[in-house]
Amino acid sequence: MMKRLGKRLAVAWMIVFTILAAACGSKGTGASGSDTVYRSLEEIKESGVINIGVFSDKNPFGYVDENGEYQGYDVYFANRIGEDLGVEINYVSTEAANRIEYLQTGKVDIILANFTVTEERAEEVDFALPYMNVALGVVSKDDHVIESLDDIGTDEEIIVISGTTAETYLVKNYPDIKLQKYDSYANAKNAFENGNGVAWANDNTEVIAFALQNTGYTVGIPSLGSQDTIAPAVSKGNESLLNWLNEEIKVLGEEQFFHAAYEATLADTYGLDYEESLVVEGGVTK
Amino acid sequence: MPDLGIEVLLKGNNLMRLLAGLGVALKISLIAIGLSILLGILIGMLVNGKNPIIKGIYRVYLEFIRIMPQLVLLFLVYFGTTRAFGWDLSGETAAVFVFTLWGTAEMSDLVRGALISIPKHQYESSEALGLHRSQPYFYVIIPQTVRRLLPLSINLITRMIKTTSLILMIGVVEVLKVAQQIIEANRMSSPNAAFGIYLTVFLLYFIACWPISRLAAYLEKRWR
Repeated sequence: MMKRLGKRLAVAWMIVFTILAAACGSKGTGASGSDTVYRSLEEIKESGVINIGVFSDKNPFGYVDENGEYQGYDVYFANRIGEDLGVEINYVSTEAANRIEYLQTGKVDIILANFTVTEERAEEVDFALPYMNVALGVVSKDDHVIESLDDIGTDEEIIVISGTTAETYLVKNYPDIKLQKYDSYANAKNAFENGNGVAWANDNTEVIAFALQNTGYTVGIPSLGSQDTIAPAVSKGNESLLNWLNEEIKVLGEEQFFHAAYEATLADTYGLDYEESLVVEGGVTK
Repeated sequence: MPDLGIEVLLKGNNLMRLLAGLGVALKISLIAIGLSILLGILIGMLVNGKNPIIKGIYRVYLEFIRIMPQLVLLFLVYFGTTRAFGWDLSGETAAVFVFTLWGTAEMSDLVRGALISIPKHQYESSEALGLHRSQPYFYVIIPQTVRRLLPLSINLITRMIKTTSLILMIGVVEVLKVAQQIIEANRMSSPNAAFGIYLTVFLLYFIACWPISRLAAYLEKRWR
């Protein structure tokens, strides 16, 4: 009895997988057909609405204020895009984990969600010119400022959050430095404030904001490791929109648009000292 | 009293936004629950028959839905249908579809179990009393089945309401997403707001689910 049931189940599963395989197969042909997943610049203009994916809970890059309005550095730029295209903006609330999926299915036209340019991502989506820099940073206490990772003593430890680029970078490039790993931002913050480690390595925007909000801390190393950039992304192959965006970013550079965006949205969090190092104007990185 | 950051709720429309978020969650889950109960009862009765083909298909459907985490199902329906067939479902539609698919599977299994649990002599005795065809079902079997189903389905219904917290992953802004938005928007000015806001969200879910379980308790008592 059990054996027969097992056989039947096996047959049933084979049917399911065949159907799934067929569905996947038809997807392949669909993509190579005439209708594309994304909307071209013309189609967006005709429809009068552009779908832009932004974060809705990453203050100060993309968030929603108490009146339900989208705000932040990314949104400041998105608003200008809508204005210059002459279309309404439909903001779509995205998560870090589903940004690529949104573009690959054409459910949004542009992702402007603090999207760091990486080689792996560039194979899946098309990045336009960058509009911001990111790097790692290290913050330490005022009485023992760490200005170089070579200053770290053999019995001193650095705090990192597990799974962040800071952890990957330090493990790879400084295998001798002892790390204290924490699962969440809050735990790492508590540990650092309690003096469990001599320094805390994280995205430089995060450590800069931390040092500004809490007295007694200094960002000894404001920029560490490879300089990455943040850029808008469109669906792979959407050239008309990509070209328009690149042109837009260049033109906006002439009026120092991203400096104005920084002053309007980021200056409260990061102060004006970091404006030059964080902002990328006109798509040109120094 | 510790600083819970409750004052953040009174800023702008924050409280109304949270309630509207709860509305979105409830709308999606209640539509899906209604459909699930209807379809679940129908399918549960259908697979209680003897047709091996229906049973086989049902088995595959049930196992598939049970094995798949709801989040994967949401991604499959929301993004997968666009990739495979070019359908552009909205987040809400995809959510209702997935929750109905899930609810129907679980509900039908509950119905099937409840039907099986009615002893055979109940059928035989009702026939002996002169009831025939659908009459034993209506007068004897279904009333008993419903009573057995009630606690189990309440469990499912409240679980469906709570699981709507996953639909923020497909771009639907429901109560939990609004809560995260409020906390993040105020993380500089009121860093403690997380406690107060999550406490409020807990209360909102409680207010949504509690009447349902009270209703069930009342019905169980009345039908005893």
